Amino acid sequence: MSVTNVLDVKDLTINYDNQPAVDNISFDVQQGDCLGIVGPNGAGKTTLFRAILGLQPFSGNIKLFGFEDSKYESIIPLIGYVPQKVTFEPNFPATVYDVVSMGLISDKRIVQGVKLIQECGCCWNRIYQTIKKKDDKITQALHTVGLESLRNRRIGELSGGELQRVFIAKALVKDPLLLILDEPVASVDVESQTKFYNVIKTINKENNITIIWSSHDLDAISKYANRVACMNKKLFFHGEKEKFFSDKELLKMYTESSMQMHMHNHDMH
Amino acid sequence: MILEALSYGFMQKALIAGIAVGLICSFMGTFLVLRRYSLFGDGIAHVAFGGISVGLFLGVFPLWTAFIVSIFGGIGLQKLRQSTKISGDAAVAVVLVSGLAVGVILVSSSGGFSVDLFSFLFGSILLISNEDTIMILAISSGIIATLVVLQKQFLHLTFNEEQAKLVGLRTTLLNYAFVILASITVVTSMRLVGILLISALIVIPNITAMMFGKGFKKTVCISMGISVISVIGGILLSYFLNLAPSGTIVIITVGILVGTLVLKSTGLLQKVDIKNPSEITHNS
Repeated sequence: MSVTNVLDVKDLTINYDNQPAVDNISFDVQQGDCLGIVGPNGAGKTTLFRAILGLQPFSGNIKLFGFEDSKYESIIPLIGYVPQKVTFEPNFPATVYDVVSMGLISDKRIVQGVKLIQECGCCWNRIYQTIKKKDDKITQALHTVGLESLRNRRIGELSGGELQRVFIAKALVKDPLLLILDEPVASVDVESQTKFYNVIKTINKENNITIIWSSHDLDAISKYANRVACMNKKLFFHGEKEKFFSDKELLKMYTESSMQMHMHNHDMH
Repeated sequence: MILEALSYGFMQKALIAGIAVGLICSFMGTFLVLRRYSLFGDGIAHVAFGGISVGLFLGVFPLWTAFIVSIFGGIGLQKLRQSTKISGDAAVAVVLVSGLAVGVILVSSSGGFSVDLFSFLFGSILLISNEDTIMILAISSGIIATLVVLQKQFLHLTFNEEQAKLVGLRTTLLNYAFVILASITVVTSMRLVGILLISALIVIPNITAMMFGKGFKKTVCISMGISVISVIGGILLSYFLNLAPSGTIVIITVGILVGTLVLKSTGLLQKVDIKNPSEITHNS
C-alpha cells in the first residue's frame, strides 16, 4: 500500500491587500508526525492553518490525504482544530459536556470522510469507532485531557487552562486523523502547560494522531515535536527537529526576528 | 373565581394559544439572545407590519402576507449580515425601518389606520378565533419539533459559527433555516403581545433564565417556565383587573426579572451572575 502524506502543501501563497501573509511555501506532514511550527507573531501561522481548514482563499495547492477540491472538503470534519482564540458569551448556558459533544455533532459526515479515506486505500490502522456510544466517546475525550470531574461545570466558570483542555477534548472526541493546535498554551499557567504537553504526547504517541502545532516555546517544541517548520511569511526550514536545533544560524535568525516583532508590537501598544 | 374565568371559551383559547406562543418565543429566544439578535424579533415584527399593511391594502388575509414578507425579511437580514459584514444589530435596524416604511406608506395610501392594524400592533389574544388557535398550535408544534431536532446544530452555530463549519455543519443552510424559523415564530406570536412588545417575550425570560447559571437544556426549561407563568398570570390578571393582556404579560416577565435580580443581590440565588456583556476572550 502506498503511503499517502497526511498533508501536502505546495507553492502556497496568501495575500492580504496585495501583501503576502504566506509567501510561496511548500511542505508535507506524514502519518504520526508531531510538527512544531515556529515563527514570530504575524509570521502567517494562523493564516496557514485557516487555509488548510478551508477557511481562507489561497493560491497554490493543498492536499489532505491526497485529496483536493470537493473530496478535500469531505475530509475537513476529520481534522481536530483548536484555534488560538475562541470567543463566546460569558453567560453562555453550556456545560463542559455540551461543548465537547459539539465535536460529534455531524457524525454522519465524519463517517463519510473516513469511508472516503478507506476507499482510496490510504487508510491507516485507525478506524472511526462508530459502534461506540457518543457518551463513551465524550467521557474518553474528557479523561484524556483530565477533565472528567468538570463535565457538568458551566464553561463560563472555568479557568483559561481548563477551557483550553475542553477545546482539545472537543477536537479529540471525533477521533481525528489530524489535530491542528494554534498556539494552544499562549496564555496558560505553567502547571496547565505541563498538563497540556502530557496530553499532546499521549495523543500523538499512544493514540497515533498526527499533530501540527504552532508555538513560541522552543523548549517544548524540542521535547515533544519530531519535525519543525520555521516560517516568517516564507518557509525558512522544514525537517527533523535535531537539524533545526543544531543549526545555530537558523536559531539566531528566529530569535532575532521574534525579538524584532516583539519590540514592534510593544511599540504599537 | 379563576374557575369561572376558565369556563369562558375565549379565555380557554387565549390560554392555550398564549402558552404555545410563550414556549416558542422562549425556546427560539434562547438562540436569538445568545447570537446577539435580541432585537431580531422587533425587526421582523416591524417587517410583519409592512406585510400586514400589504394584506390590508390588497384585501388578502393579513397574517399570510405577514408570514411571507417576514420570511423574506429574515432571509434579507441574513444576506445583509453575511455578504456585507454589517453587524447583526445594524442589519436588524436596516430591515426594521424598511418594513416600517413600507407599512406607513401603504397605510397612509389606504386612508389611515384601521382597527385590524391596531390589533396586530398591540395584540388581541382574547379575540382569537378557533381557527387562529388551531393555526397557532399547529405552527408552534412544528417550530418546537424543528428546534428539538436541530437544537445541537443551532447551539454549535450559536457558540461559534466557524467551529461549527469545521465539524461539518452546513452553516449557511442552518443560518437560513434559523432566520426562517425565527421569522415564523415572531409572526405567530404577534397575536399575543403585538408587534410592539414581541421582543419582551423573546428576550426577558431568557436573560432571566441565564442568570440561574445552568446548562443549555435547563436554561431553556427555566425560560419556558417563566414564559408560561407570565402568559397565564398576565391573561388571568388582565381579565380580573380589566387590563390589556399584552402589557400585563410583559410586566409580569419584567417583574420576574427584577425579582431574580433582587434574589441575586440578597445572595438567596446562588450562581446568579450578570457579567459584563463584553465577550470573554479565551486565549488558548
